Amino acid sequence: MIPCDRCLRRTALVARLAPNVERARRARRRLRELLSLTDDELIAALAGDRRATVEQAHRSFDAAAARARLEAASIEAVCRHDERYPLRLLEADDAPAILHVAGDAGRLEMLAVCDAPAIAIVGARRAGADGLQVAHALGRGLAAAGVTVISGMALGIDSAAHAGALAAGGPTITVLASGADVAYPASKRSLHRELVRTQAAISEMPPGFKPFRWCFPARNRTIAGLASITIVVEATERSGSLITADLAQDLGRAVGAVPGSVITPRCAGSNALLRDGALVIRDAQDALDEVLGIGVATALTGRSPAELEPELRGLLRRVEDGRDTVSSLAATPAEAQAALAGLSELELLGFLRRGPGGRYVRLL
Amino acid sequence: MLAHVTTFAIDGLTSRRITVEVDLRRGLPAFTIVGRGDAAVRESRERVQTALVNTGFEFPQRRITVNLAPAHLRKVGPGFDLATACGVLVASEQLPATDLARWAVFGELGLGGELRHCRGVLSVAEGARDAGIAGLIVPRECAREAALVDGLEVAGISHLREVAAILRGAPAPELPAPSSRSAGSEPDPDLADVRGHSEAIHALTIAAAGAHNILLSGPPGTGKTMLARRLISILPPLTRDEAITVTRIHSVTGRHVGDELVRKRPFRAPHHSISPSGLVGGGAVPQPGEITMAHHGILFLDELSEFSRPALESLRQPLEDGAVAIVRGQRTVTYPTRFQLVASTNPCPCGFAGEDRCRCSEADIARHRRKLSGPLLDRMDLLVDMQRPEAEELEREAGTLSHDVRAAVLEARERQAHRLAGTGLTTNAELTPRLLRDLVRADTAAMNRLSVAYTQGKLSARGHGRILRVARTIADLEGCARVDHRHVGAALQLREEWGLDPAVAA
Repeated sequence: MIPCDRCLRRTALVARLAPNVERARRARRRLRELLSLTDDELIAALAGDRRATVEQAHRSFDAAAARARLEAASIEAVCRHDERYPLRLLEADDAPAILHVAGDAGRLEMLAVCDAPAIAIVGARRAGADGLQVAHALGRGLAAAGVTVISGMALGIDSAAHAGALAAGGPTITVLASGADVAYPASKRSLHRELVRTQAAISEMPPGFKPFRWCFPARNRTIAGLASITIVVEATERSGSLITADLAQDLGRAVGAVPGSVITPRCAGSNALLRDGALVIRDAQDALDEVLGIGVATALTGRSPAELEPELRGLLRRVEDGRDTVSSLAATPAEAQAALAGLSELELLGFLRRGPGGRYVRLL
Repeated sequence: MLAHVTTFAIDGLTSRRITVEVDLRRGLPAFTIVGRGDAAVRESRERVQTALVNTGFEFPQRRITVNLAPAHLRKVGPGFDLATACGVLVASEQLPATDLARWAVFGELGLGGELRHCRGVLSVAEGARDAGIAGLIVPRECAREAALVDGLEVAGISHLREVAAILRGAPAPELPAPSSRSAGSEPDPDLADVRGHSEAIHALTIAAAGAHNILLSGPPGTGKTMLARRLISILPPLTRDEAITVTRIHSVTGRHVGDELVRKRPFRAPHHSISPSGLVGGGAVPQPGEITMAHHGILFLDELSEFSRPALESLRQPLEDGAVAIVRGQRTVTYPTRFQLVASTNPCPCGFAGEDRCRCSEADIARHRRKLSGPLLDRMDLLVDMQRPEAEELEREAGTLSHDVRAAVLEARERQAHRLAGTGLTTNAELTPRLLRDLVRADTAAMNRLSVAYTQGKLSARGHGRILRVARTIADLEGCARVDHRHVGAALQLREEWGLDPAVAA
């Protein structure tokens, strides 16, 4: 189904007024209220002295040209009135008029049914090695069980979750603050390319759109709206991920958090969520039990150390016990050679990996 | 009357024969030196005149013209003083001309007529021998250095008066006894001082055995510099040819202390503020840079990411070619630059990557690595992470002695030389892709291991060859004829591709 004129016109209006939204937000207008306004109210509230030109452009909107632009950018547009539009998202008043999809629109269609399982994984951009690993493992475990992993492709946790889901072959959807065809942040270009190639990148903004600051919390409302559960992996006390968690709570959705160290400020926000009653998520199994029902699906687990040769098993045990560097495992260079060869074998088998600073990290 | 005296001018690292022509004729007293000399050559007039008078000779009140031939070559330094003085003495008939054909003279004069130490005496001596000259008169301090050249009579002289005596036919004095302050008397720092760091020591051993370039990465204060300095102690000792080359470079750059052959491999650690010409060489009269001074030794770049981009870029070609040609004006000088590169860096801007106290984001680390990545990192065979040793490691006995490691390195080098016989190469680091294919035998498990790493995206195409070279060296250290999967496995761990972190990759 092609997007309807009204929704196209609404999208163009929001994009045109994007700088005004930024200004209004600085004047402490609430974003969700603004986005719930009708077209005319929105113009009245935001356009200011540009009102005449904005109204003029709004009235003379050329839907055919907009469709042509979408086609040129190979973007599929799914509007509110399209049956492929995710039902869960429609529950919100301020749901985007159109979801622009770069990549496989089928990924979005999977969510058209209300009980289709989808889990959002969000968290800190400046995440620790543990957090990244957990996010990666959650993404992989959930995707492998057929649950759509939704995130925002930000640095850190978001990207790790996407990468994990990609490792399992999907499904995963990234919700962008920029246009769906724009890789933002630019350093995630290759992740974006991979997501568009096999999965889907979606955005409420038209193709080519460069994001304003308000677009990120706006994007978060879409993430929260799409998912049945939102899981926060690592968040500081003032993290944007907590906004996503709040939005999810407003929609009456479950919020989960991965417990973190009580010492590092990196996990203060996510731990606070747990204290306030968020679901405790230790691994993909916890999340699957929550979204599908206990025992319905079993998360895929790594290979068991039991099948390893005794030497490698011993080496793995010592790494698990905290001897995570070659120098702590081996007293002499000759032992170092043996340890390196063994660790390399374990890495090949997927039990661990050489992390930053030459410290070996046990993989989940 | 006209006199000819033979001397030598330093040109790059070699010397060129120069004829000093001195002409005396009637006219207003004047003393002119022509032949493209620098300021030191112009000032030479005052030294020569005063030295002659203070030695008891007469300075002729004539019109004196000195020509340094060939005239097109720029002449630098005070080494022409002695030749000019001898020329004036012969031209004014205070000395006989007969013996001047036998001797070449080289040295700086003091105002009292004493001869002073000069740079580049070894090159001059080699030039004299190659020119077929029987003997060379040099300042006494440099005599033993000149005497390193076989087939040349060397007269080490401390005063102009004795030069005159020799030119009158007196026998040359005995060479002086070796001085006590010869270079290399203090022992190299030993690996025995190191506690823990078994991985880094192993990597250094591999680097020494295969002449691989190595990057040490770790938090501040973990001992990167300390370890790098100890690489010298496990490298094979200099061969005589290498030692002569190193001595020549030391001598020309004026860093040669003592009078013996240099026995220690050079270790150069320039500060990161160094300019490209400071590093590769340059100047109006091209001078050798740090990489030439590190020839047959180690160039250590501490805090690699702090070096300027142009400086690092300028290293690429010399690393590849083992020599650098510096062109200034119409002059081209080629300096040898066969050095082993050892670099150190922090793993991230704050330095504590992998530890809990690291405050750097993924983006910070990516930016840090981007600064290092590229062409230079491509020439590093080994990328080694170092960590602060655990308390328990510090308590361990020192298990590794440089002496033992060096023995293993020497054996590994022999195996390489044997395998590479006839190719003109000597170490695994120099293996070309073609030679890798032809000469390096790896078993099936090893090749599988490599291809899995490649398909997992942990290895670039170029990284593939690097891993094989390092694996070959590890096998050489163990005395294995074939590379097996353990060798490849360890090589993979010691060359983790930076920035390809699977959890966040993509």
